[in-house]
Amino acid sequence: MSTLTTTTRRKPWTPGRVLFWLTLIVLTVIFVAPLLWMVSTSFKTNEDATALPLSWLPRPFTTDAYKTVLTASSATPVLRWFLNSLLVAVANSVLVVTVDALAAYALARLRFRGQKFAFGTVVATLFVPPFVFLIPNFLIVSKLGWLDSLWALIIPSAGGAFGVFFLRQFFSSLPVDLEEAALIEGANQWQIFTRIVLPLARPALATLTVLSFLTNWNDFLWPVYVLFSAEHQTLPAGLSTLQSSATTNYPLAMAGAVVASVPVLILFVAAQRHVIQSVTHSGLKG
Amino acid sequence: MTVQAPPVRPESRSDAGVPGNSRTIPRHGRLTPYLFLAPFAVLFIGFVLVPAIFGLWVSLHDYNYLLPGQPWVGLQNYLDLFTPGSRDSGDFWHSMLATGIFTVLSVPFLIVCPLGVALLLNRAFRGRSFFRAVFFAPYVLGVSVVGLLFRFLLDPNIGLVNSYLGHAIPWTTDVPWAWVSLVAMTVWWTLGFNAIIYLAGLQEISPELYEAAEVDGASRWDQFRNVTLPGLRPVVAFVTTVTLLASANMFGQAFLVTKGAPANETRTAIMYIASTGLGSNRQGMAAAMSYILAIILIGISALNLRLSRRREAS
Repeated sequence: MSTLTTTTRRKPWTPGRVLFWLTLIVLTVIFVAPLLWMVSTSFKTNEDATALPLSWLPRPFTTDAYKTVLTASSATPVLRWFLNSLLVAVANSVLVVTVDALAAYALARLRFRGQKFAFGTVVATLFVPPFVFLIPNFLIVSKLGWLDSLWALIIPSAGGAFGVFFLRQFFSSLPVDLEEAALIEGANQWQIFTRIVLPLARPALATLTVLSFLTNWNDFLWPVYVLFSAEHQTLPAGLSTLQSSATTNYPLAMAGAVVASVPVLILFVAAQRHVIQSVTHSGLKG
Repeated sequence: MTVQAPPVRPESRSDAGVPGNSRTIPRHGRLTPYLFLAPFAVLFIGFVLVPAIFGLWVSLHDYNYLLPGQPWVGLQNYLDLFTPGSRDSGDFWHSMLATGIFTVLSVPFLIVCPLGVALLLNRAFRGRSFFRAVFFAPYVLGVSVVGLLFRFLLDPNIGLVNSYLGHAIPWTTDVPWAWVSLVAMTVWWTLGFNAIIYLAGLQEISPELYEAAEVDGASRWDQFRNVTLPGLRPVVAFVTTVTLLASANMFGQAFLVTKGAPANETRTAIMYIASTGLGSNRQGMAAAMSYILAIILIGISALNLRLSRRREAS
């Protein structure tokens, strides 16, 4: 109580301050209300969700939608899609960080013929709109026998150049003194890479991991077209089939949406700094 | 907090040259760099370089991956797209128009609204990082969740929006409402992304400039016009380019919420390319379309870059 009065005394409620907080609260409601509606609907029965007038509270409260959605035998195996998404996003981000860190180290620290050309080519592809690769990669993936397989979601996107560019810039900004000292002590490049550069680059590696995970988890167009069978879908592709029928069961669809949202929201809250930083970095890249 | 990543630096230490004495130490074997590069190189060549060229080759064929033969047609696919009345030209350019309409309608909002939010968040107040997280949260959800959610909120009969408005507005089935829906949900979804970039830009502006302006008796509005906006100019140019490209790539929102309705009015270019190439398996024609769209987009972003450079110079 006493702290409340002191803060009030320190900062008087000027009209500007009232307007500021009012704007902030209205905006917050606009951003939070749709998410609350999603959660509320997921605990409703289908009759309740479509009965007018609409109610913010489920009457009756039921977890039936989750039971249906999380049962493997149902036509909408959301749990299976969830596990597919998790497997794909983890495998893809581990692959991306591993191959990108190795390549970025060579581009930043080692010297070889064609180095400038290689880096220039990598950077140039960042300017090509991604949909250009859609049709040819579909054909390549079909030749590899990866259509309707999770490999199509794990491997091809790891060829993207952003991570190499991002890590190369980070590695280049690290001081060389430690590496020089290690060289004199007789360390080889592999030891320098794994024992000096990687530990120093941990924040950049974490940022790239989080970014790759989020991108992959939310990827939509590609899985919609390369995955066919119900049990091979990832969450985004599977969710879109939940509402394609004329009679959408909204509690079911919203339960699926909640299941898809919770992991990324947890990841976002836990790794907020890295997520925000990856956005800021994509801003600095321009 | 010590792990703040340094900003991207143009010069790199190793490029700048290693001190003379270290040159006598054998730094690494001749093959070492290639071993480090190899895993990425395989993926990069296989799924970026080869597709970029292979796509061109596909676009010169009547390509259907399910058929045994892929007849060579030369530039016919491209010529067809520029021939009024041909099978695809009408639908293709109509979808390009839809993408154009969406881009023109959405980009101004996606540039201005996030700037407003960034200015709010740039003030010192309690719970700042909480509100930053709230406004950014929709972006991490992805288009599938956001699309599903807005399809429900905007349902003409049982949607929350119409229930509050008291009118049965056809948000998803008629223009112009469908455009309003698509733009609004895109702003809701991606506002946080642009706001974070603006916020980083705002924090780069030296506080001394504001202090000097205040000493000169400049009002809040004067400060915004004469300090904030000029300081943000490169960031605004960047946000504009990224947003233009993102809007021109719009797919998920229309695919999920309007499904292109009414009568393909909101079917975007990416939707049409995907359904031609991956739905109807006419990969040659779809590849040709994607190169035309790519050339237009690269042209627009080059133009945008030049314009903002010129403005900066003047």
